[in-house]
Amino acid sequence: MIATLEEVSTTNSAGAVQVVASLECVNKNYGPVQALKGVNFRVRAGEVVALLGPNGAGKTTAVKLLLGLLQPNTGKVRVLGGDPTNPENRMRTGAMLQVGRVPETLRVREHIDLFSSYYQNPLPTAAVLAAAGLENLSERKFGDLSGGQRQRVLFALAICGNPDLLFLDEPTVGLDVEARRMLWEQIRQLVGRGKTVLLTTHYLQEADALADRVAVINKGEIIAEGSPSEIKAQTAGKRIRCITSLTIDTLRQIPGVTEVKEDREAFEIHTPEAEPVLRDLLARDANLSGLEVSAVGLEEAFLALTQDSSKNGNH
Amino acid sequence: MSTATLALSSTQMQRSPAHTATIYLKEAKYEFLKYLRLRMYTVSVLSFPIMFYVLFGLVLNSNQSIGATRVAAYLIPTYGTFGVIAASLFGTAAGLASDRGLGWLEVKRASPMPPFAYFAAKVATSLVFSTIIVLALFTLGITFGGVRMPVASFARLLGILAAGSLPFSAMGLALGYFTGPNSAPPTINLIYLPMSFCSGLWVPIMFLPKVLQKIALVLPPYHLSQLALGAVGAGTRESVIVHWEALAAFTMICLGIARIGFQRDQEKMYG
Repeated sequence: MIATLEEVSTTNSAGAVQVVASLECVNKNYGPVQALKGVNFRVRAGEVVALLGPNGAGKTTAVKLLLGLLQPNTGKVRVLGGDPTNPENRMRTGAMLQVGRVPETLRVREHIDLFSSYYQNPLPTAAVLAAAGLENLSERKFGDLSGGQRQRVLFALAICGNPDLLFLDEPTVGLDVEARRMLWEQIRQLVGRGKTVLLTTHYLQEADALADRVAVINKGEIIAEGSPSEIKAQTAGKRIRCITSLTIDTLRQIPGVTEVKEDREAFEIHTPEAEPVLRDLLARDANLSGLEVSAVGLEEAFLALTQDSSKNGNH
Repeated sequence: MSTATLALSSTQMQRSPAHTATIYLKEAKYEFLKYLRLRMYTVSVLSFPIMFYVLFGLVLNSNQSIGATRVAAYLIPTYGTFGVIAASLFGTAAGLASDRGLGWLEVKRASPMPPFAYFAAKVATSLVFSTIIVLALFTLGITFGGVRMPVASFARLLGILAAGSLPFSAMGLALGYFTGPNSAPPTINLIYLPMSFCSGLWVPIMFLPKVLQKIALVLPPYHLSQLALGAVGAGTRESVIVHWEALAAFTMICLGIARIGFQRDQEKMYG
């Protein structure tokens, strides 16, 4: 027995939903550097959660804590109701980490054979190869694979034990568009089989494509959490670009303006709603020129979100 | 939400002894294959002692003797020791330093691999490569050097040199914990090449300056080579017990250092 249901389950309107992995008030420091600051984070059974953030935000630290590879300075890490370093837990989890070097002289099939042997009820090798799209590469040595193929092997090692809970740290980093879509498809198939997945990414698009829930992390803090559409709504808005004689401070005081940036000769103004700001702008500066209004892209929305939080952090 | 897939009470998750044994065997098998296919390893580790033996034992000095022992027979224990040390140090230290430094060990640790299987595989691989080197020297010596010994002597020599891979695997683990992926190979060379020379593995110990002969007493390869020379009838300079004790003490020290490194790594994670 790892834990009783009562210890770990929470209840919502849909009935009992188990929390299968959680960080509770977790602080993690590397010397003077605070990698995680009071992070609260939960993964529930059967969902795909994306931990979204820029490089150095603390995503990998969070994953390594959940894998028991790191210990928090303060706070609690629980996986499947127990300590993440439990050998029993490791039997039921799979992990894809960012690795500098994998033994290059072993063949794909051999890597999978070895990792499968660690588990109690591994998937058949053929099924793993198929799920990771490696059927034609099983006899290749790891060193002879392309970047995308290598990622797929690491993915195969994460799933070969048929784990219930998967941690994927930046699964598509460094992949081209096609390879990324292929891996997305493979992750979706896993979810279709009822697995729980926590993935980290710095692409909002990726979180949007895969996740039921997104937690945005920046500088060690979770700054937003919700469904992908909620996250997008929080950050969605318009960008107004214009050349004006108004000062940056005046622009910032216009109601509805969330952010103003100088961009060469022009200003870039962010706002949730363009029309009132435009009326105000034109009223204040009759000579305003070069006006452009555009929707904020997903990546920019995400950038705005993380930049806002760092501004708050500096206060 | 599929809650049924994640029953939190664990079912039977204990491995059977047979399953655990399978893991250890597979870990060792693939560790061996990994190095067998790594040309940098096989060339430097296998070919150097063999090349030296062919050159100095078979081509150049084949008709000479050291004491009562023919050169072709005398150099099997010494180049055998040299080969065993290289195989053990490069296999463990370089591999461990690289796995530690470049993230592969973390992937392994995140998996349900029994942690000890990783180290056991490294030691077993060193043992197998050591055996291969010694058997290669035997074959060359018997075929081209006219080396003749009772089978029991060959067996003793093989046993001593294979056992000799253990202290140097321990040393490799210690080095692997205190070097990085790039610094491990040069560090190994910097230590084991001078150590081999001073222990009389290249030039027989009695031909070395007196000062070096004194220094050799504190060098583990000296003690291993003396035990090996004893097996071919070339005699040991100190009593057999002293040599075994020296190697045992050296192994303990290295394992102690490796343990400190292992704990330091853990504490870094627990820090």
